[in-house]
Amino acid sequence: MAQVTLRKLVKNYDETPAVRGIDLDIVDKEFVVLVGPSGCGKSTTLRMIAGLEDITDGEISIGGHVVNDVPPKDRDIAMVFQNYALYPHMTVFENMSFGLRLKKVPKDEIRKQVEHAARILDISELLDRKPKQLSGGQRQRVAMGRAIVRDPKVFLFDEPLSNLDAKLRVQMRTEIKKVHQKVRTTTVYVTHDQVEAMTLADRVVVMNAGRIEQVGTPNDLYHHPRTVFVAGFIGSPAMNFIPCGLEQAAGALRVVLPDGLAFPVPADRADRYAKHVGKGNLVFGLRPEHITETHRNIEPNQERFQMTLEVTEPMGMETLIYFQVGGVEVCGRVNPAAGAEPSQPIDLLADLNHMHLIDAQSGLVL
Amino acid sequence: MATATTIDKSGPSRPIHHGSMSRDRRRALLWSYFFLVVFVIFFLTPPVYMLITSLKSSTEIAGARNPWWVFEPTLMNYEALLTSTEFLTFILNSAMVSIIVVSVTMVVSVLAAFALSRMRFWGSATLATGIFLCYLIPETLLFIPLFKMFAVVNEFTGIQLLNKWYVLVLVYPTLTVPFCTWIMIGYFASIPKELDEAALIDGATYMQTLTKIFIPVALPGIIAATIFAFTVSRAQFLYPLAFTTSSDQLVLPVGIVTSLIKGDVYNWGQIMTGALIAAAPPLVIYAFLMDYYIAGLTAGATKG
Repeated sequence: MAQVTLRKLVKNYDETPAVRGIDLDIVDKEFVVLVGPSGCGKSTTLRMIAGLEDITDGEISIGGHVVNDVPPKDRDIAMVFQNYALYPHMTVFENMSFGLRLKKVPKDEIRKQVEHAARILDISELLDRKPKQLSGGQRQRVAMGRAIVRDPKVFLFDEPLSNLDAKLRVQMRTEIKKVHQKVRTTTVYVTHDQVEAMTLADRVVVMNAGRIEQVGTPNDLYHHPRTVFVAGFIGSPAMNFIPCGLEQAAGALRVVLPDGLAFPVPADRADRYAKHVGKGNLVFGLRPEHITETHRNIEPNQERFQMTLEVTEPMGMETLIYFQVGGVEVCGRVNPAAGAEPSQPIDLLADLNHMHLIDAQSGLVL
Repeated sequence: MATATTIDKSGPSRPIHHGSMSRDRRRALLWSYFFLVVFVIFFLTPPVYMLITSLKSSTEIAGARNPWWVFEPTLMNYEALLTSTEFLTFILNSAMVSIIVVSVTMVVSVLAAFALSRMRFWGSATLATGIFLCYLIPETLLFIPLFKMFAVVNEFTGIQLLNKWYVLVLVYPTLTVPFCTWIMIGYFASIPKELDEAALIDGATYMQTLTKIFIPVALPGIIAATIFAFTVSRAQFLYPLAFTTSSDQLVLPVGIVTSLIKGDVYNWGQIMTGALIAAAPPLVIYAFLMDYYIAGLTAGATKG
């Protein structure tokens, strides 16, 4: 059993707070990704779990034991670094076996474990090479191998794919997922890339300014963001945010947007939103994929409107369209066959089943 | 840089000169070779002159013939020196002093540099700067206070340090340790932080991190520092001149000068031979160590 528990974890660098009291429970064998913009405290949190940073306040326990004062080597963790951190003067075999050799594990046992890990990662042919003879992807595999060999309670990954090119990153992402399925070890993974977070995680922890914004499954975060930060951070292209008002008209609730746009609020949300009628500081949020070309079979709560496009970006499988609403750039995703052309008006469809209403003051999704 | 400038000047309108890059490169090479040749002549003339003179008899040296040519080569200077017990004592003293000084220096400075660059503790940055400032104090300023100190030590403990070859073992590290520590701090600082963190997680102690990771990775730096310490401990002149006087306690640089210059009689043949013999071990050691001086040993540790 290797659950990781953070309780009111705080880290200050001199007077600057990096982590402002976070609570998190990671269950055994879970793959948790900490994601957020740079400086949000995600790496610091990981390094505190690893024991590489002192804890200013709070408590970390691994497998039920508080490890606040336990040195890294006794925490039974393994870490994969962004720049691999392979020992340059050692061969791949020596790199992977370094920890075991320090523990004075018998030689046969070391060889067996290294070869086992090498097979999992498909680096058996590289065992006699030095790190500088390896490509970036191979180095990353060796770094993972070094972690697997030690059979730790917890894997820690600190932005392990950031140094790889885009194609390799996607490939290694799948690789990491496969390894986790084979090895089933509790994993904490740090990244700034929300796609990586969504694809890898059992649960995603979105951090911002030293605090946890939201914890949830990738789908949870995507469809039910709790704050404007999570709503804007998860998803690419990002969710559209347009300042709006809410009004009661003829017994129905309406979202009033600039430029004369207005959409009725779906009935299932009307109760929830009703108390915000007439309040200022409201923001309407809708993801680009919920702004599409119009079609014949309009479902309930889908609203037609017309816009003149500013820019179109054909992506092959879809075309991204951009237009202005009240001075705010709004992005939509239409079928390439929809005939979206810059400077041309087009009939669009907003799917309000997926709309969000946000209180700009508190940043909370209502 | 020169290449880039030339290309900028030519501009797009001019026809492209094929090989203009290589002509520029040739010019650059020509100049570098020119200066290298000047440099080599400047630095190799004295040793060549030493070698030529060492192969001449005193009569030939005194004779006003071409000083750049040996007419009657002889090994009598070498014979005389290598059979003189006095000269062999100088060699032995020099060897003892340099071996001990280099060992002490490297142990102290590698440990100090590791502590100062990696084990963040209160005042470590100030201490690192302080160590370097120590190196800037000239020895001419220090030998009189040191002389006084050794006298005081003798007074209170009865240990006689003055006029003993081993006093140099105490004194030389004041010159070598600060500089070597400074070099090593620089080298250790260039080792990515993640490397010792990985070692720490792998279960290495600080000492194991130093011996198994830092020393192998920083080998070029350690060799550079060793060469420096060795050079200083062999070539120092002022301290041995000040602190040692008896001929059985002298090291080579002072020994050669004091034993081979009698009054106004300069035994040039033997002086040159002695200097050549004194310079031989460092040359051999440099040549040997240079093979191991492989820069870029850290390549591949992390993505550049």
